[in-house]
Amino acid sequence: MSTWIEPVTARYLHVDLGGRDHRVYVEEAGNPDGVPLLCLHTAGADTRQFRGLLNDDEVLRTCRVIAFVLPFHGKSSPPAGWQDSTYQLTAAGYTATVIAISSALGLYRPIVMGCSIGGRLVLYLAADHPAEIGGVIGLQAGGHVDPYYDTEYLNRPDVHGGLACAGVVSGLIGPGAPETDRWETLWHYMQSGPGIFQGDLHFYKVDGDVRDRLAAVDTSRCPVFLLTGEYDYSCSPDDTRQVADAIPGSSMTIMTGLGHFPMSEDYAGFRGYLRPTLGAAVRAREQLLKAVRP
Amino acid sequence: MSELDLIDRVSALRQADGRLIAQGRLVRVKMLIEADEQAALVTVVDGSVTAIANANQLVMPAWTFALRAPAPEWAEYWQPNPRPGHHDLFALLRRKQLRLEGNIHPFMCNLFYFKALLALPRWSE
Repeated sequence: MSTWIEPVTARYLHVDLGGRDHRVYVEEAGNPDGVPLLCLHTAGADTRQFRGLLNDDEVLRTCRVIAFVLPFHGKSSPPAGWQDSTYQLTAAGYTATVIAISSALGLYRPIVMGCSIGGRLVLYLAADHPAEIGGVIGLQAGGHVDPYYDTEYLNRPDVHGGLACAGVVSGLIGPGAPETDRWETLWHYMQSGPGIFQGDLHFYKVDGDVRDRLAAVDTSRCPVFLLTGEYDYSCSPDDTRQVADAIPGSSMTIMTGLGHFPMSEDYAGFRGYLRPTLGAAVRAREQLLKAVRP
Repeated sequence: MSELDLIDRVSALRQADGRLIAQGRLVRVKMLIEADEQAALVTVVDGSVTAIANANQLVMPAWTFALRAPAPEWAEYWQPNPRPGHHDLFALLRRKQLRLEGNIHPFMCNLFYFKALLALPRWSE
């Protein structure tokens, strides 16, 4: 067994979000002068989901990969006074958070790649903030999903929240995923703070219905790429097809064998889809920037 | 008449290994599994399946919670390598092909246990 250190560095960013100071955990790797690729993790999880991407030499040669952890998740602290309110992620709050952190990090029109709630969020960015980003890659991106189980079970004192959250999402992983990565992905869910996964799902299932915003997306101003794993029933391939149909000029690929957490459950399987998509996204961003600054 | 023999397929639930039984050590339920006109009543005591009865032959079957799905859905779910959308109980819920009724608290408290237990028929004929 060899000893080695990953090329990933991490820092804590202090940033004002919604009028309150937040301490946000940010991981980064890659070419400092490369194309900024800002990554958004799934609900109830954190940036460990991007461990494969943050170690992908081919991507790191051309991109500066940045992944931040949402407040209340992982190593990002909740703001002072958090104990006096109930955590609920909203479309407006989540969008403002991503824009604020991108700005605080000094990223110039990054490609934003998000998964699940992050995949939904990038659609809001494409619709409402095209001038601030350089394109989006939506992983497991759907416009809306109606509740299909009682999310109260994710956060109640008489149920182990870690086991309930991980148990709910366990079937979203492709059956052929490597066991190590399957259980690491579930481990992240087992570690989520009480009510955080449930609070994220407020955006995913209640507040964040983006379908009526999709007509505003102009892919000549913000290129849109969609990648969805075939075993995902939370954001199913049909859900993503509906998004693609609503955004002329978008690109969609259904990924064989993969589920809801492609970058975490099976990076080796995912990178075969991601690398060409990212290459296309980088080229589209270059064209976009030429048009803006000829 | 469905080709699925529910009682026969559900008999695989008796094959829970020691690790799975330990995972369900606090589980004591009677679980009704319904596939169209067929119904099996599965008794779980401390993680072990202790009895499986044909619920249609019981005068007054009583259960903690019930899982009801069309027979073809169970047949697909119990394939060794189920297709996308048929591979997890929650996938069936999302497609509205499974109804979970009754006192679902023990089920939701022990999701890993019940998902693993109810998948056992995939590997037995």
